[in-house]
Amino acid sequence: MPENGRTDTGPTAEPMIRLEQLTKRYPGQDRPAVDRLDLDVPPGEIVVLLGPSGCGKTTTMKLINRLIEPTSGTILLDGEDVTRADPDALRRRIGYAIQQTGLFPHRSVADNVATVPRMLGWDRKRVAGRVDELLTLVGLDPDTYRGRLPRQLSGGQQQRVGVARALGADPEVMLMDEPFGAIDPLTRETLQNEFLRIQSELGKTIVFVTHDIDEAVKMGDRIAIFNAGSGIEQYDTPERILTEPATPFVSEFVGSGAAIKRLTLSRVGDVPVPDWPSIGQDTHRDERAAAVRAGAREFLPLLDADRRPLGWVPADASGDVLDRGLPIVTRIGPGDSLFAALDAMLAANSSAVVVVDDAGAYRGVLDLETILSTVHTDAGPAVPRPGTVATPGTV
Amino acid sequence: MSFWEYLASNYLEVIGYTFEHAVLVLQGLALAVLVGVPLAVLTYRTGLGRAAAVNSASLIMTIPSYALFGLLIPLLGLGTAPAIVALTLYGLLPVVRNAIVGLREVDPAVTESARGVGMDRRRLLLSIELPLAWPVVLAGVRVSAQLLLGIAAISAAVNGPGLGNLILSGLSSAGTPFAVYLALEGILGIIVLAVVFDAAIALLTRLTTTRGARA
Repeated sequence: MPENGRTDTGPTAEPMIRLEQLTKRYPGQDRPAVDRLDLDVPPGEIVVLLGPSGCGKTTTMKLINRLIEPTSGTILLDGEDVTRADPDALRRRIGYAIQQTGLFPHRSVADNVATVPRMLGWDRKRVAGRVDELLTLVGLDPDTYRGRLPRQLSGGQQQRVGVARALGADPEVMLMDEPFGAIDPLTRETLQNEFLRIQSELGKTIVFVTHDIDEAVKMGDRIAIFNAGSGIEQYDTPERILTEPATPFVSEFVGSGAAIKRLTLSRVGDVPVPDWPSIGQDTHRDERAAAVRAGAREFLPLLDADRRPLGWVPADASGDVLDRGLPIVTRIGPGDSLFAALDAMLAANSSAVVVVDDAGAYRGVLDLETILSTVHTDAGPAVPRPGTVATPGTV
Repeated sequence: MSFWEYLASNYLEVIGYTFEHAVLVLQGLALAVLVGVPLAVLTYRTGLGRAAAVNSASLIMTIPSYALFGLLIPLLGLGTAPAIVALTLYGLLPVVRNAIVGLREVDPAVTESARGVGMDRRRLLLSIELPLAWPVVLAGVRVSAQLLLGIAAISAAVNGPGLGNLILSGLSSAGTPFAVYLALEGILGIIVLAVVFDAAIALLTRLTTTRGARA
């Protein structure tokens, strides 16, 4: 299922990051902050570390690039033991983005993005080219933003620059600590979507920390749920975590509405849209109502010459309604989630919603029944063991 | 003879002493910065180090200047040398304290992300921490300069240079009207220097602070 550029990786694939028995103990504390943690992060995937405050998810992330030095245990990066490698050289291979962005306030956007390439000794021309490439990638026009200072940008733009800086020298691995946490919900959604688009192009291996289950489900190829004692309760795909929580802690953390959240995982483009007849505009207006009455549906969509839906024709249509149909409030595209489709139905007080393709042409009508049956097939018969590397569920 | 007539008779001497005074303070100030900023850099990260640095600098401030000269003369003799060393020691406190405050005020998220992308300590200090702390460091230098301009007058007591010599000769002719005139000339010279130093450091702050670090 090539959703968001996610790739299936069997359990035999070599992990990009492997943590073995990783432990962090602070002097004067009885309990270790991270206790004998094992975790495999497959290449090209987004693994979300999710858990309540103080569960050790951020500590775990910082152990990977050794901003916090582990007390014991091993960190393997692409098969190489980096537990005792030069930490600065290690960090230049790993992108790092945090919630507060941490942009250098006295340096221009371009200088911020150029940080790692310059440390690696790239020549001036190559650095400048890379900066423009990265700014374009994160949706900032280089000519407009290159020379600005961080404080002349909005929060969302600062976060984009933060991501561009983390991508500086094209690292294979990125660590992101609640990168969209301090941003208003609308901008956050945009940034999440753009980040998934970027990730589908770049296919980085990403460790992503959040405390927001919705963000975890949206961003993660896999989610590791941490309990308050910094142990991993379940490490699985979002689908499995929502359908088959391994422990009471996980079900409580996922909270109510797990079934609704699963709807956000499925794209309309990935589910079969039931056959639903339509009426072409070339049909004579007097035959239209008859066509509706002849079929099993109460309404039929009226299509223009390019097969774009114009309106709904009800069985009892007359007058103007026969010419243009009743207005269609929402059209759902293949990229929208089933959640958006259901939301559109509820908002329009209707049990069906028109589905169009990317060009806006009619594809069919999605009804409540189809959504319900999708949810039930989704629950699937297979129950994976917690911690197994499962392939993402099919929808 | 009025003060202005007196000043007209010896203004060349006054200008000469004022110039000496400025050079003396600049030397003491420069050494205070050269010692104080590295001291702050070495100590600002730990509570113990900070306390040791700031408390030592404060302790020096409490030593009466005559006593300090008493300690320095056996080592450095009379003249300019003990005067410069004394000014350096007195000038340390504002420089060290402000440099520590400035370095500690750098947003931890900024230093964390700098380390997170692989910046080593030296580069972090030179390209991130010091440029961001720079305006605060210079504010300390400004305070130090004002302080030293006043203290420098005492160096005449050890045969040092500067406006203190006018004040000292005024004291030795106490009781005559010239005693007051000489003291006034000394004070006037210091006030003029204070204004000039203040403006110069303000200008330096503007010129050497990157626009993003400006408050």
